[in-house]
Amino acid sequence: MTTTSAEAALFGILAPLMVLAALGLLFVKRAVHAAVCVVFVMICLAILYVANEAAFLGVVQVVVYTGAVMMLFLFVLMLVGVDSADSLTETIKGQRWIGIVFGIGLLVVLLGVVASTSHDLPPAVGLEIANAQTNPTGLAAILFGNYVVAMEVIGVLLVTAALAGLVLTHRRRLGVHRNQRTLARERVAAIPQGRTLAPLPAPGVYAQNNAMDTPALGPDGQPLEHSVPRVLRIRGQQKTAAEVLTAEETLRSRLGLPSVGVDEPEAAITDGVSASPTSDDAEEARD
Amino acid sequence: MIPGVHADFSHDNGWTFLVKAVLIIVFLLTSVLVAIWFERKVVGRMQVRPGPNVHGPMGLLQSLADAMKLLLKEDMTVTAADKFVYLLAPMISVFCSLLVFAVVPFGPSVRLPWTDWSTPAQLTDFPVAILYVLACASVGVYGIVLGGWSSGSTYPLLGSVRSTAQVISYELAMGMSLVSVFILSGSMSTSTIVEQQTTRWFFIPLLPAFIVYVISMIGETNRLPFDLPEAEGELVSGYMTEYSSMKFAWFFLAEYINMLNVSAVATTLFLGGWRAPWPLSAINDGMFNEGWWPIIWFLVKVWVLMFFFVWVRGTLLRLRYDQFMVFGWKVLIPVALGWLVLLSVIEYVRLGSGLSRGKLVTVLVVVGLVVVALVTFWPARKRPVQPGPAKGATFDAFAGGFPVPPLPGQTLPPSARAARRPVVVSTSAPADAGAGTEESQEGTR
Repeated sequence: MTTTSAEAALFGILAPLMVLAALGLLFVKRAVHAAVCVVFVMICLAILYVANEAAFLGVVQVVVYTGAVMMLFLFVLMLVGVDSADSLTETIKGQRWIGIVFGIGLLVVLLGVVASTSHDLPPAVGLEIANAQTNPTGLAAILFGNYVVAMEVIGVLLVTAALAGLVLTHRRRLGVHRNQRTLARERVAAIPQGRTLAPLPAPGVYAQNNAMDTPALGPDGQPLEHSVPRVLRIRGQQKTAAEVLTAEETLRSRLGLPSVGVDEPEAAITDGVSASPTSDDAEEARD
Repeated sequence: MIPGVHADFSHDNGWTFLVKAVLIIVFLLTSVLVAIWFERKVVGRMQVRPGPNVHGPMGLLQSLADAMKLLLKEDMTVTAADKFVYLLAPMISVFCSLLVFAVVPFGPSVRLPWTDWSTPAQLTDFPVAILYVLACASVGVYGIVLGGWSSGSTYPLLGSVRSTAQVISYELAMGMSLVSVFILSGSMSTSTIVEQQTTRWFFIPLLPAFIVYVISMIGETNRLPFDLPEAEGELVSGYMTEYSSMKFAWFFLAEYINMLNVSAVATTLFLGGWRAPWPLSAINDGMFNEGWWPIIWFLVKVWVLMFFFVWVRGTLLRLRYDQFMVFGWKVLIPVALGWLVLLSVIEYVRLGSGLSRGKLVTVLVVVGLVVVALVTFWPARKRPVQPGPAKGATFDAFAGGFPVPPLPGQTLPPSARAARRPVVVSTSAPADAGAGTEESQEGTR
């Protein structure tokens, strides 16, 4: 089986882009950009695998490496911080030089392999036989037929690693676990101590005021003091409902509308329940 | 013929693929417009209100109007945004969501009218088609994650971090529920899986896997009750907070196409694909399972699942984040894993012994009942009471000179800082009303 022209064209387009993205991994400044470059290289690699009739390998490459491993990398990168830069100090002495030497060595080996094969590449053999029963079936027959012990050993290794992760991050529970049921029971048991089952009422919303410092009015028209946050009440920063309602009254007087009775706060409070018609009136008056 | 794939694509040429691809894109885009209208209408009816009913007959043009509005809005790029990735993210989302329908079979081989030329009602299929769907879904998440990161803002970042964790957790359960389909059908190609469901749809023998898939598909598409990456009450709009106009529309489009994708995959894998439901499939020697009819059954099944999405959204509340993670890791994944092991054992024994599945399942049920009965009625052995620390004894954390946490059974004495001061509230006396007037005037100005 030889390379078709379509495959050659695909390789010709993807390979330079992959090299650019791989170089980008080395030269971009931000870690997330490097991650994006790696993702691009991985996906292009998967496309090349599929083009080489290793469909299973190509797709699994994307699912496992791009979808899970790189995603975890990105997760950590984002958790570490958007703008954090890598420390450039060498932790191992001469690390950089060792790296350069190994890199050059790898380059020489790869170039040697390419040079020794490129002038006369024999056509690939055995692909039809290997993929006769579909690619995943053929792969499964080899992995679980010829290399079953190796697969089992790798499985045991991975499970051990996962257990090690669990053990290392495990924290011993010191107190009793409080689940939703016990929490609910505790809440009900605390009712005699003055605790309420439902959340506290939200602060009041009036025609001209919906700040946190104004108490809401209860169904009976009386202000609910505990609807104002506790901190504001301790600091003495809460308003009374009467203040807000009289403010509306002063607006009415400024607009020349008949007053509802500023001097009687009780009346003002009960009126405050239907505060919206007042503001509608004000709107009309402006028009 | 591709080996291991039931559908026959050998007569297709480049033009066929092009026409099919364009048809799929048109189908997806119009379906999204309909889906938005459908969702708003159904949620409206569930909340006892009419839903969109102004633009067009029954409000059908509402989503078109929304799309126009989004197109014409100002396209803003946030100053703190990372420009390239900010633009790239919605593209990744849409692109990956459009890819999935390439392997979904709409029907069997259809004959073009007035010709004798027939082709499968499916763009393509290959032996690892379902894994390809998973791959597209997992790359699509990069759109959400990178979009949240590149916005350079806190809420989107939190949304994208949540999304990463969510997808990693729920994709595991989803993948394992799909594996049970692979085991039963012996294939990962969509057309072969549909072919295997001729006599029974897979949701019946694989009910636990189907339930796990349906739950995780809602998690995978970030829909209520699992829409934590864009929880309005907590994160404004999550990862798409800083997006506007067409870039936002792309995310929106991707979300709805993803709903269609997972519904189509569920239909194909568990609900018999394009096959007609039972009483219809028996009419006239399977007339409704041939030609163009199956496309109708496929669409009906997909839209039933879409209705389910909307129904769930109209019914359930958003989960708290920790409950959501606990549900994923401690319920869904163990259930999916346990089911997978059980199914593999059944299939292994069946292949080894040659017994039928029905007999094996009966044997397993009987064994299970016996085990449950033994566990329930086994006389309990009395456990010796463990001598613990005396109850009520006060625990001194600093007894050894440095602070130590309490052991089980010991309680810390109340912290000196935990004491809450009683609130002294000045009640609104009627006399205050007049005095407060000037102050409140200042406040309301």
